[in-house]
Amino acid sequence: MGLIRSPESNPALVEFASEVGRSGPVVVQGGATHWSVGGDVDPSARVIGAPVGIVEIRADEMTVEVGAGTLVSDLHTALRPTGQRTALPEVEGSTVGGAIAVGRSGIERLGRGQTRDAVLQIHYVSADGDLVTAGGPTVKNVSGFDVVRLFVGSLGTLGCMADVILRTQPIPDMEVWSHLDNTPPEQVFDRCATASSILWNGESVWILTAGYVPDVEADLDALRQLGPLTPDQPPELPPNRWSRRPAESLTTTKTDFGSFVVEVGVGLVHTDRPVAPVSVSAEVAALRRRMKAAFDPTGRLNPGRSAGEV
Amino acid sequence: MTVSRAPSGHHGAVARRKFRKTNTDRCVADLVAAIGADRVRADGASRLLASTDASIFVGGHAGPVCFPESTAQVQACVRVAAAHRRPVVARGAGSGLTGGAAPLGSAVVVSTTRMNQILEVDVDNRVAWVEPGVINLDLSNHLEDLGLHFAPDPSSQQVCTIGGNVANNSGGPHCLAYGVTSAHVLAIEVVLSDGEVVMLGGLDAEPGGYDLRGAFVGSEGMLGIATRVAVRLTRNPRSIRTLLLSFGDVESAAETVGAVIASGLVPAAIEMMDKRCVAAVEDFVHAGYPRDAEAVLLVEVDGLPGGVELQAQRVEEIANRFGADVRVASDPEERALWWKGRKSAFGAIARIKPDYYLHDTVVPRSKLVEVLRSIYEIIDRHGLLVLNVFHAGDGNLHPIIAYDSREPGVSEKVREAGREIIEVSLAAGGVLSGEHGIGVEKRDFMPLMFSDSDLDHQARLRAAFDELCVMNPGKVLPSPHSCSDIASLNDAGEDLWG
Repeated sequence: MGLIRSPESNPALVEFASEVGRSGPVVVQGGATHWSVGGDVDPSARVIGAPVGIVEIRADEMTVEVGAGTLVSDLHTALRPTGQRTALPEVEGSTVGGAIAVGRSGIERLGRGQTRDAVLQIHYVSADGDLVTAGGPTVKNVSGFDVVRLFVGSLGTLGCMADVILRTQPIPDMEVWSHLDNTPPEQVFDRCATASSILWNGESVWILTAGYVPDVEADLDALRQLGPLTPDQPPELPPNRWSRRPAESLTTTKTDFGSFVVEVGVGLVHTDRPVAPVSVSAEVAALRRRMKAAFDPTGRLNPGRSAGEV
Repeated sequence: MTVSRAPSGHHGAVARRKFRKTNTDRCVADLVAAIGADRVRADGASRLLASTDASIFVGGHAGPVCFPESTAQVQACVRVAAAHRRPVVARGAGSGLTGGAAPLGSAVVVSTTRMNQILEVDVDNRVAWVEPGVINLDLSNHLEDLGLHFAPDPSSQQVCTIGGNVANNSGGPHCLAYGVTSAHVLAIEVVLSDGEVVMLGGLDAEPGGYDLRGAFVGSEGMLGIATRVAVRLTRNPRSIRTLLLSFGDVESAAETVGAVIASGLVPAAIEMMDKRCVAAVEDFVHAGYPRDAEAVLLVEVDGLPGGVELQAQRVEEIANRFGADVRVASDPEERALWWKGRKSAFGAIARIKPDYYLHDTVVPRSKLVEVLRSIYEIIDRHGLLVLNVFHAGDGNLHPIIAYDSREPGVSEKVREAGREIIEVSLAAGGVLSGEHGIGVEKRDFMPLMFSDSDLDHQARLRAAFDELCVMNPGKVLPSPHSCSDIASLNDAGEDLWG
């Protein structure tokens, strides 16, 4: 018999499992802020919602257990008195489960880290209707295969997330967005060790410096050597995401790619041009299909939507 | 620890296929034909060396041992093994602590020791391509002049390989702030059990599709063999401060750890050693630890100068509240000596008793005091000796039971005490392993942490990669969830030794 608290002891999870059921197409909807990612869901699927609410804030462990249907903004508001937050991106209206299912990181990735590294444990309902636990509650854990990371970015096609335990991080003592005109982004990246985000649109650079006050102030002084530094909010991001290597992304030009914003040091290009789908080898495609078939043999979870396995 | 097999059960997710044994000589001849005579060893000594790792597990049986030098040669080894219905076990330095690299079923062993090249260092993209046999510390030493390093730093980093780090999702003292291996691996070239090659992950910002790279890291050689790894390179910290805190009792040290974390600090490392461990280390390397302290904490803060100063001050204030004597490393030499002491702990223990059995559970940091107290109680009750040296900052315990297996009945007591330590850790809200993995030694404890459904889903992940469970069978998943047909080769007997 296991010594870990069973998810069956939580009535909200049991109720969610019964909503998912054991047959028929089903999709869990969060805030639908990224509903088009991975294609349109089959209209025959029953639409359900994941449990909402914070189960437990463990500030002295730097973890939080939260229902997958909880808004990321509500989670971060609840965490604020502890001086902590998570790496999940704060998109208005998005839920914790949705953010994990989509798996994208926020623009502050240099400082906050990636969504894929923030998830410690997932309780999910399998295609068979069982409550399953992946990962564990502690900040460090290598017990068994990493089903948790497999779920991040899987667009709900492998299981229906019910609740999760996330790693939290301290909110920095000081965070400042600034703006520099006509500055090479590489110089900012090299000089500014407190940069939590560096955005570049081909002309201007926006920098989020974050950390201990003396370090942030030292970096702001260093940035002033590069040109007039003004306080500013980050720019609007064009709608499409183009995943490139960090150095490659700095070769992006307006002539070729229209309006764009690069996440410097990360390689992500936000562009208004359509982005061509990435081709994968036949072997990787086959592996993705086998993974989908292993977790959802009848294809009932989020039908129509693909994390690249079709 | 002996391998016990639980009764067989259901779980149809893993396809079953009876493996036939074929003549070992023919298997060796085919391997020689495929990759050359100088890359295959089938003598008893070579097999014996490849049959164990750094754990106490002694049930390994290596078949032919191969030393490929390229991805194509790894593919050839895997294909020959498949033709002969042999499992395949990848092997790095053999420094693992759970029997993970100890082959079951006279497997074909694929050693990565000759695949030890750093292929490319790309400073602009902060990434290095390395072969799996590159030694962890060699990589960071190679990068030193560039001001970069590979963040995971297991205590075995002078010998352990990057391939082994990937297999075990290795940690180390500094993963408290920097994260374990999975956070530092961008892409992996993998030879699958059918000999096909796949590239998992990618160097771009947001590789699409399922995170198969994430699934592969920490899979203990059971999903395939990594033949090239793209690792993320981390900027060296501009400033480092190392503090040695000495306490009059273990509880105060453990409470200090909890208070530091609760205050919102994330030091680069917080390591703890109890009095017995300090004595062993001092006898061994003379690191300068205080012998009269009941417990010491080695705390390191790093980053930029201002933040380092503030963090060091805050740690010192908290430590003072708990009655600590605080010393700060005066120069890089003293810091290096303190770290040498910490990383030599296992070697030091070998001078006390010939055998040790090590656990790797993680507990909530707020439960450190309670769990440590229980561990001492368990050990005293069994009349054993325990030394505690561990990654306190993330609650990752490493109680080392030092013993002499020649003493009648002691091995049984060690195993029983080990089981009780695991049970206490899990009951406190902890997990089985923080960084060593499960392997064979912890395999049969998995049902203490996971339900049948949980384990079944882990088996599904594995089966998607390796339907026939040819890669390193018999590890991690207890028998009803794993490929018991192949594991049964473990009982094959002497003839398979050729």
